[in-house]
Amino acid sequence: MSILVDENTRLLVQGITGSEGSFHTRRCIEYGTNVVAGVTPGKGGSSFDGVPVFNSVEQAVKETGANASVIFVPPPFAADAILEAADAGLSPVVCITDGIPTLDMVTVLGYLKGKTTRLIGPNCPGVISPGKCKVGIMPGDVHMPGEVGVVSRSGTLTYETVAQLTEQGIGQSTCIGIGGDPLIGTTFTDLLRLFEEDANTKMVVLVGEIGGVAEQDAAELIKEMTKPVVAFVCGATAPPGRRMGHAGAIITESSGAAREKIAALSAAGATIAPSPAEIGATAKRVLESMA
Amino acid sequence: MKIHECQAKEILASYGIMVPKGGVATTPAEAKEIAPSLGERVVIKAQVYAGGRGKAGGIRTASSPDEAERQASQIIGKRLVTHQTSLEGVPVDKVLVEEAATIKRELYLGIIIDSARGIPVIMASEAGGMDIEEVAAKTPEKIIKAYVDPMTGFHPFLVRRLAYGLNLEPEQIMPAPQLIGNLYRVFQEKDCSLVEINPLVVTSDGRLLALDAKLNIDDNALFRHPGYAELRDPGQEDALELEASQYNIFYIKLVGDVGCMVNGAGLAMATMDIIKLMGAEPANFLDVGGGASEEKVTRAFTIMLSDPKVKAALVNIFGGILRCDIVARGMIEAAKQMDIRVPVVVRMRGTNVEEGMRLLTESGLPMILAKDLTDAAEKVMAAKKN
Repeated sequence: MSILVDENTRLLVQGITGSEGSFHTRRCIEYGTNVVAGVTPGKGGSSFDGVPVFNSVEQAVKETGANASVIFVPPPFAADAILEAADAGLSPVVCITDGIPTLDMVTVLGYLKGKTTRLIGPNCPGVISPGKCKVGIMPGDVHMPGEVGVVSRSGTLTYETVAQLTEQGIGQSTCIGIGGDPLIGTTFTDLLRLFEEDANTKMVVLVGEIGGVAEQDAAELIKEMTKPVVAFVCGATAPPGRRMGHAGAIITESSGAAREKIAALSAAGATIAPSPAEIGATAKRVLESMA
Repeated sequence: MKIHECQAKEILASYGIMVPKGGVATTPAEAKEIAPSLGERVVIKAQVYAGGRGKAGGIRTASSPDEAERQASQIIGKRLVTHQTSLEGVPVDKVLVEEAATIKRELYLGIIIDSARGIPVIMASEAGGMDIEEVAAKTPEKIIKAYVDPMTGFHPFLVRRLAYGLNLEPEQIMPAPQLIGNLYRVFQEKDCSLVEINPLVVTSDGRLLALDAKLNIDDNALFRHPGYAELRDPGQEDALELEASQYNIFYIKLVGDVGCMVNGAGLAMATMDIIKLMGAEPANFLDVGGGASEEKVTRAFTIMLSDPKVKAALVNIFGGILRCDIVARGMIEAAKQMDIRVPVVVRMRGTNVEEGMRLLTESGLPMILAKDLTDAAEKVMAAKKN
C-alpha cells in the first residue's frame, strides 16, 4: 500500500501543453503513471503524446474517468485551476505552481472546506509512490519502493533525503512535498495521520524548515503516533525577517526559528537528524533499533 | 516587497484613513521649507526599509524651521543602523517632515494572514507604539483579534468588538470600525502581506490618526499591480541582492565567508546549515531556482563570487529539472567573464551528472569535486584554510 497515489490513480494534467506541463507529463508517463487526460482551455480535441486534451476538467473527467489532477498552470490562473479540479471532485489535486498570490489561496482554502478534495501544495514537487505512480516533478530514479514515508516542505532537499534513504537501502512507501508557501492544502499533520493508518508504512521521515508552526503542530500528533518519526529542520542559520526563497520561510521575531521546531519535535519523541547529510543514516539507525 | 512609510501613508490617505500633514524632503533645505506649513513643532522621520528607527536616532523633533533643517542634516545622506538592519545600516536619502501630533493614547492596529487558519486576521491592542512581537510574546492577552472569513468578507460587527476592546471614547467608537474597514480594503485590494499602523493615536482633540504606517506587499501578487514597480526604492536594497532579483535569483547576503550556490530553497538552507555545522559561517543564501538556464547559472555564480567577504565557495546541485551539465556550462562561462580568486567545491548529483562532471574536469578550472554533502563541506573547510 501507499497513500494518496498508486496504480489506481488516473491522472489528469492541467496545463499539459505548456513548457513545464509537457516536459513533466512525459517524465510521469515514462515512470509508469497512468496519465488519462490533459486540460488546456482552447486546445480541446487535440492530443499530447497520445493523451487526449480537453477544454475543461469537467469534460475530461466525464470522458476519461480521471480521478486525480496535477497542475502546471502559471500563477495568475493557478487558483482558478485548483477550484476547477475541486469542483469536478478530483482528489488529490497536486499544484506544482510556484508564485500564487496568498489572497488567492485564502479563497481556494475557503472553498475547499467541507469538500472531499485533498489539495497538495501549491509550490511543491508533488507526490510519488515509488514503483507505482509519480505525480510531480521529482526525479523518479532516486526513489525505491519500500516502507518509509517521507513528508517535506522542500523540493530538492526532499530529493536529497530520498536519495540518502535509497543509498542506505531504505525504500519509500510514498514521498510528498507539501509546498513552501505560507498557505497550503495539506499539512504535515494530515499526512502523518495518513501514514499512521497506512499498513505498508513502518516509519516516517519529516523534513521541515523555518517559518510558521507546522512542525510544532506535527509534534503534537507525533506524541500520539505508534510509528517512529525521524526529523530534520533546515534553516538554523537563516536570519530573522528575511524570506529564504520559499514565501513561507520567514522567521518572525516571535516564532518560526529552527531551534524551537527541533525542540518541539524532539520532545514529542521524534529522532532528530543532526545534519542534512545524516538523514539517511539516522533513519537506518532507527529502523535497526525497531528490528 | 517593502515600501516607504511616506508611500504607505499616501495609500492609507487615499482610502480615507487620517494621517498627519507632512511632506517629503530630500535635502535639509527642503525640510526647512516644508516645516512652517505644519505648525510650530514638526517630526523628522528617516525613510528607510527598516523598523527601530526611533531608538537609532532616525526620528527627531524640531521647534523651528532652522532646527528642522539642522535635524534633517543629521539624518539625510547618512546610514541608519537599527536592530533590524545589517551593521552597515541602510542609506537615508529622504525624510518625512510631519506635524507633531498631540497624543492622548497610542494604539496598535495590524492585518496579516493567519497561516494556521488560512484567513486574514485583524489585530488591535492598547499597547501601541511598542514592538508588537514583544507584546505578543510577553502579554498576548493585550492583543485582540478578529478573523475575517473570506467567504462572507468584512463585516462591521467583527471590528466593533475590537473598537470596544480598545476602550475607546464614545467619539471614536463610530469612526473606528470605519477606519478598520478601510484598512482591510487596503490589505485586500493592494495584495498586502502585512499592513500595520503602530501607533494609531488618539489625538488630544479626539481624532484617530495613523502616526506610522507599514505596508508589505505579497511578492507573488506583484504581477497584478504594475504600479508597485515605481514605488520600489533600489537604494534601500543591497546591490548584489538587487542584481540577483533582476534575474529571478533568490540571493540574500549574510555575514560569513563561505559562499554557496544551490538549487532549491530547502537544500540551500540545508547547505548553509552544514557549513555552520563544520564551524564556518555562510556568506549568503542563494537559490538559483528550478528551471535555471545556463545564463542564470552564470549570473548566480558571478554574484556569489562578487561578495568580497567570500574566501571559499560550495556549489551544491541536486539535478532534477535543472540539469547538471547546464550548471557546469554556466560556471565555465562565468569563469571566462571573471577571475575566480577563491577555491570552489562542487557537489552535483541527479540529471546529467556525468556530463556535468566531465565538462568541469575538462575545463581545467581549479574546481574541487565532491561526492556527497559531507565530503563537500569537509573539502570547502579544508580549501578555506589553505
